[in-house]
Amino acid sequence: MTVILGQTFTGISIGAVLLLIALGLSLTFGQMNVINMAHGEFIMAGAYTTYVLQKSISSAGISLLVALPVAFLVSGALGALLEWLLIRRLYLRPLDTLLVTWGVSLMLQQLARDIFGAPNVQTRAPDLLTGNITLIGGDDPLSVANSRLFILGLAIAAVVALSLTLRLTPLGRRIRAVVQNRDLAEVSGISTSRVDRTAFFIGSGLAGVAGVALTLVGPIGPTMGTNVIIDAFLVIVVGGIGQLKGSVIVAFVLGALQSVLEYSTTVSVAKVLVLVAIVAFLQWRPQGLYTLRTRSLV
Amino acid sequence: MSSGSPILRRRFLAGGAALAAVVVLSACGAKTDAAGTSSDKAAKIDISGDTVKVGLLNSLSGTMAISEVTVRNSLLLAIDEINASGGVLGKKIKPISEDGASDWPTFAEKAAKLIKEDEVAATFGCWTSASRKAVKPVFEKNRSLLFYPVQYEGLEQSPYIFYTGATTNQQIVPALDYLKSQGKKSLYLVGSDYVFPRTANKEITAYAKANGMTILGEDYAPLGSTEFSTIANKVKASKADAVFNTLNGDSNVAFFKEYKSAGLSAKTMPVVSVSIAEEEVKSIGSQYLAGQLTAWNYYQTTPGAANEKFVAAYKAKYGEDKPTSDPMEAAYTSVYLWAAMVEKAKSFDPEKVKAASDGITFDAPEGKVTVDGATQHISKTARIGKIGTDGLITEVWNSGKPVEPDPFLKGYSWAADLS
Repeated sequence: MTVILGQTFTGISIGAVLLLIALGLSLTFGQMNVINMAHGEFIMAGAYTTYVLQKSISSAGISLLVALPVAFLVSGALGALLEWLLIRRLYLRPLDTLLVTWGVSLMLQQLARDIFGAPNVQTRAPDLLTGNITLIGGDDPLSVANSRLFILGLAIAAVVALSLTLRLTPLGRRIRAVVQNRDLAEVSGISTSRVDRTAFFIGSGLAGVAGVALTLVGPIGPTMGTNVIIDAFLVIVVGGIGQLKGSVIVAFVLGALQSVLEYSTTVSVAKVLVLVAIVAFLQWRPQGLYTLRTRSLV
Repeated sequence: MSSGSPILRRRFLAGGAALAAVVVLSACGAKTDAAGTSSDKAAKIDISGDTVKVGLLNSLSGTMAISEVTVRNSLLLAIDEINASGGVLGKKIKPISEDGASDWPTFAEKAAKLIKEDEVAATFGCWTSASRKAVKPVFEKNRSLLFYPVQYEGLEQSPYIFYTGATTNQQIVPALDYLKSQGKKSLYLVGSDYVFPRTANKEITAYAKANGMTILGEDYAPLGSTEFSTIANKVKASKADAVFNTLNGDSNVAFFKEYKSAGLSAKTMPVVSVSIAEEEVKSIGSQYLAGQLTAWNYYQTTPGAANEKFVAAYKAKYGEDKPTSDPMEAAYTSVYLWAAMVEKAKSFDPEKVKAASDGITFDAPEGKVTVDGATQHISKTARIGKIGTDGLITEVWNSGKPVEPDPFLKGYSWAADLS
């Protein structure tokens, strides 16, 4: 019994990690249709930000809390810079965007190698997050890791913040207007280029936050972004482009699927089976779980 | 026109196929050449001038860099020391360093480069068995020597590789003997998904069968994997007496974090690791590892004057906070052994060096080691250690005397079916 509960929690926590890494992408790829291959490197930037902050702030707990907003700003600024320098010149040219951002991703990886060295580095987790909470005691105890709870909380907070921003703030209204009908938004007096840059800033910033969370799970290295970027794209594609709730549901479903399959088979086989399930699903529903209905003609 | 176009298209296709075949063939040709498999002559060694070149082939980037950078550091230390005392056959050793980048084809490519372009006298390095298997044909075809400094799964004996790390009967078998003597009756096996863990676990399973132990589960994670919560849950549910860990690289970081998170500890279910040495302990964090067991032939704390000198020299060169570890010690030893073989052979020629290798001894930091010319392995003392809260490993058991290498486990009846 505790095994099933433990695995359920594992599924939820894998889902939370997936959700965090895909959330920023749901804005830049899902809403703006920019295929940003450098998104993974913004995650890496967030992770290295945590590492650098921990070098200067000795308390692991405080440095982690400080790292969240700082990583958001660092990765967001990188994203806004990328948008301003390159991507805004390439809107409506998705293949070029893909190639250019992939090049940027390689450059950022090399930059990380030059600055921080090729070997992976670690951060210390605060003592509070290294332990676990025992939910069921006795001789067959069930315990959940504090770090995983923290990541779950962070993922939920990020989703709530992002959806409230999109729904309730003037900025969110403008982003949605631009996504639904760019021309009409423009003639209504919205500076679409500014909205694009702000949306890209937020999406990339969320990648930075995901990077901070990933430092609690594994090592920090120049290629950590590449390792997660495919999963992030999968979540968005299966969830349906342009919809936040699709990504949320799919992240947790994939997490659960991965943990169940991993338990009954092996890690590698589970990965293959998850991919097969995704391919089969996309054959049946190529547009993904949810689609955005608009009146635009394109 | 309508009747002509299919023929045209067929011709075009045939031409295209021929072109593709040519491209593929020439690509293959280039590849075999680069990997050195097309040449059968012994590689040239550049001994002009007053230096002799040796190759250092380690992963300086990627998931294995955490371990392999330290090996390169100690190789450089040994080279510096030998050069300071006059070099080999009157020549100074000049190291040529290449990055295998934790990628096995890259290892083969760089090995060919070292042998053919740099014309090195010998090459030192490789960590994972996958990288060793990738470069093995390159060294064999070019008749060039590789000194491999890491414990491995045994069952191999290349005429052009000297193995200065432990083979199975010098590390894994003693570790299993130790677990048995501690009354551990059931094991859970966790490893990275490549040749060393899979072969080692086959051997462990055969041992367990013959010694009344049960294997409750066996799990592999891709090299570099960082998602271990499911494996930790499986290990926990198995209620095994102990875990035998053959994970490599920084997957260990994620595994031990999850292990602790799942509420497991050295007290409830000890983990014996064969790829975690002092350097890895430092980067995983001793708070996750305190009390866990390791199996090696050397620890920084191993007593003896040779080790005191090695540790002091290493710290002086690379920093006070840098620990020394078993693969580093084996790498350091391998350079001295090669130098002694060359001096005895009075030649850098690999064939003569090989012929001179039997019986070469060296007072290594781990104690006296002797080269066995027949297997090209060395005798080593097996040591089980316990990881302390300070990140150092202290010995809890040793084999008392150097164990003779037995790479094919011929001396063990349970290993008869392994190949």
